[in-house]
Amino acid sequence: MTLLRPMPHKPADATAFTIREARPEDIEQVIELDEATTGVRKASYWDDMLGTSEIPANQQFFLVAMTDGGLLGFIIGEARAWEFGSPPCGWIFAIGVDPRTRLDGIGTALFEAVCERFRRAGMTKIRTMLARDAQLLMSFFRSQGMMAGPFIELEKDLDE
Amino acid sequence: MKLQIATRHALFAILELASQPERQLSAAEIAEKYDISPNHLAKVLRVLGREGMVDAARGVGGGYRFVGNARRLTLLDIIAVFEPIGASAAANREVGNDTVEGAALAQVMDEIADTTRATLSSITVNTMLKIIGRTADAGH
Repeated sequence: MTLLRPMPHKPADATAFTIREARPEDIEQVIELDEATTGVRKASYWDDMLGTSEIPANQQFFLVAMTDGGLLGFIIGEARAWEFGSPPCGWIFAIGVDPRTRLDGIGTALFEAVCERFRRAGMTKIRTMLARDAQLLMSFFRSQGMMAGPFIELEKDLDE
Repeated sequence: MKLQIATRHALFAILELASQPERQLSAAEIAEKYDISPNHLAKVLRVLGREGMVDAARGVGGGYRFVGNARRLTLLDIIAVFEPIGASAAANREVGNDTVEGAALAQVMDEIADTTRATLSSITVNTMLKIIGRTADAGH
């Protein structure tokens, strides 16, 4: 998940954006936005998300919010079934918004767009997972109506 | 988890005032809805005023209004004014803390406290008003 950190200047056309499916030519901007906000460059991860996925197009959604000036945000979701015993639902794996355009409705528009695609794919529930200390991101998802679900994530260090 | 009375009063007052930001409400009006002590609520409102969350207008037609940022102010911000939330169990000096069993128990209690803090810090007043709206729609 992409954390939101302050950046200095707001794009002039941040309120006039469109949402569409991501294209190969968008990936470099996605990689840069993700790196700028998380501090980690994950080029191969993003290339894989768009380039080599064998998941049907109606089950995986990689959307971007664009202006004439470039990328303002992205979201990735995928319909998954029966993992962890969960009936089919839509998972949101990542969302990122240019921090200079926070509160301009870009994250909400991306969220609603991916929800609409999940509905068309027959999903009746969406789910995500995020770091407990990702307060801004958790606030965003809660502002969209998401609440704690029935699963708890557990982990263990293997060197114990 | 059970909140102290003053904390609940504060949450009710903030939610009531934030749901009608254009109106000024008296402590008595809010107290009547929630069936709570107006005197106790007035004390709580004075604390909220000192914290810059509400503003008081005196005189005829006076009352309180919400002056915080509903999209930024979280439940944790409000609760923390009145009581500690999610304090580390290991940091609290309690009987048995120095034993291995006490340390293990503190680890589990800290896990619960971390989740509590994460939940309360992620729910803004604005989001809480939406949850209230959905609860009302569901026919509570």
